[in-house]
Amino acid sequence: MTAAARLSPWLKTLGAVGILVAMLYPVYWLVSASFQPGASAATIQAIPPSFDLTSFRKAVDEQLGPILTSLAVAIGTALLSIVIAAPAAFGLSRLRSRFVDVVLITLFIAQIVPGIVLSNSLYTMFQSIGLLNTIPGLILANASGSLPFALLLLRSFMLEIDQEVLEAARLDGAGAVRTLLQIVAPISRNALITAGVFGFLAGWGDFLFALTLSTGSELKTMTVGVYEYISSPNVDWSTVMAASVLASLPAIVLLIVSQRYLRVGLGAGSGK
Amino acid sequence: MHAAFVIPAFLYILYFFGYPLIKNVWMSFVDFRTATFITGRAPWVGFENYASVLATSVLPLATVNTIVITAVTVVAQLVIGLAIASFFSTRFPGNRFFSGALLLPWLLPMVATAAVWRWLLRDGGPLVGLLHLHNSPFADPALALASVILINIWLGVPFYVIILTAALQNVPKDQLEAANLDGAGRLARFWHITLPNIRPQLAVSTTLTIIYTLKVLELPLILTGGGPANATQTLGTVAYALSFKKFQFGEGAAVGNILMLVTLVFAIAYVILAARKEKQ
Repeated sequence: MTAAARLSPWLKTLGAVGILVAMLYPVYWLVSASFQPGASAATIQAIPPSFDLTSFRKAVDEQLGPILTSLAVAIGTALLSIVIAAPAAFGLSRLRSRFVDVVLITLFIAQIVPGIVLSNSLYTMFQSIGLLNTIPGLILANASGSLPFALLLLRSFMLEIDQEVLEAARLDGAGAVRTLLQIVAPISRNALITAGVFGFLAGWGDFLFALTLSTGSELKTMTVGVYEYISSPNVDWSTVMAASVLASLPAIVLLIVSQRYLRVGLGAGSGK
Repeated sequence: MHAAFVIPAFLYILYFFGYPLIKNVWMSFVDFRTATFITGRAPWVGFENYASVLATSVLPLATVNTIVITAVTVVAQLVIGLAIASFFSTRFPGNRFFSGALLLPWLLPMVATAAVWRWLLRDGGPLVGLLHLHNSPFADPALALASVILINIWLGVPFYVIILTAALQNVPKDQLEAANLDGAGRLARFWHITLPNIRPQLAVSTTLTIIYTLKVLELPLILTGGGPANATQTLGTVAYALSFKKFQFGEGAAVGNILMLVTLVFAIAYVILAARKEKQ
């Protein structure tokens, strides 16, 4: 046996702690600094002396509107992606033609279009149809990131559905719509949740579309709110951190309750 | 009926990808600025937008920065990601918990992580002290670019770890054991068995990272705003500034199209790689 193989498992656990500490060092400071309002570079402490919530109160006071806007955009993005992607994925999983390959390559190209290229023309497009500074506008723009992904993910899942189940539904007289809603959707529950989680995170964390397709004065998301904080001449860092912690909460909650779905999504994202 | 299900998605892609891409090409050939929204006039200027952005000093610099950021990020993420993934694919107590927690940096909103990095590396920030630097690295052109690259690497490592951990699980155990019995060392087994087995996933995730890193924009924008002295400008930040700071939408479109073209080259490489992977 080599030395590495003899390494006791608990030593490896220690190594894992080391990797984690290095990787999560910034996240630790993010939380720590949010509890230390008014601390300067000289007075900041690694371990907060007390759980002072002043910065959180200030962040909630000033950012409640933007947080609610972000929440609406995130939920809207998740729902829109699923509502459009699920039927399309089902349709594509049943079709057998060269057309499917064309769609798949189109979807892949769609996924790689830089956001700034879309922003540039969406701005002029939204300007003329009144979607600038609106939540529906941001939802439609953000779906550009999550919809192609949701479609590819759901299709690869639906390809695995047993033909006999669908055939039985057809013999029972179920139409395509009923088959989708009552048979395919329940079977694909996990994939639908994964697509929804990723859609939510895309909408929630979006910065570029929010920055370019809303002016900030009329409609502001939480991400633009934090950016405005950092861009001000006298940055109140503790409040920046508190707002960032609030911005991070959905990701932390989702990581805890739905890690399984996130892993599935990541696997699909690599073009498996 | 099944084809009808695809129609909403088809329309969305037409309106939100097809139309913007074509409109962006058109915009890059006309003089499109704020006044255009009022007058509706966008006179044809041919290649003038491309010529004027190429004549600026910032575009060549931004192009070089984009290439440097992408090249370093891809290599470093691959090496670090593979090392951590190999480590986590061995058995030890708490394995699943740790590899789950590792995902966190990747999931947090970019604005939140960029904000904390800016704070850590500001004058007198905790990390500046820890690294024995005198000032914020964001104030020094060379260090600013290095910092942006390091933070970008940090952001993407969790993605690699997850993808490669999954890939490593599919490496045939019997091959590894057979090689072990034949007296092959750890390094030899990794080189001759593990690596060839995960090559498809390596190729695919590397190409994806190239594609995603080429459009890097939010991170430098939040960390440094492209400065100091344009040291951290990328094609993305230049396109953003032209369109949304200077309201020269035509010139912004031109830079955006250059970025799209470069991305497309790698995208085609990806499609070829993925097709080859499927055949195997």
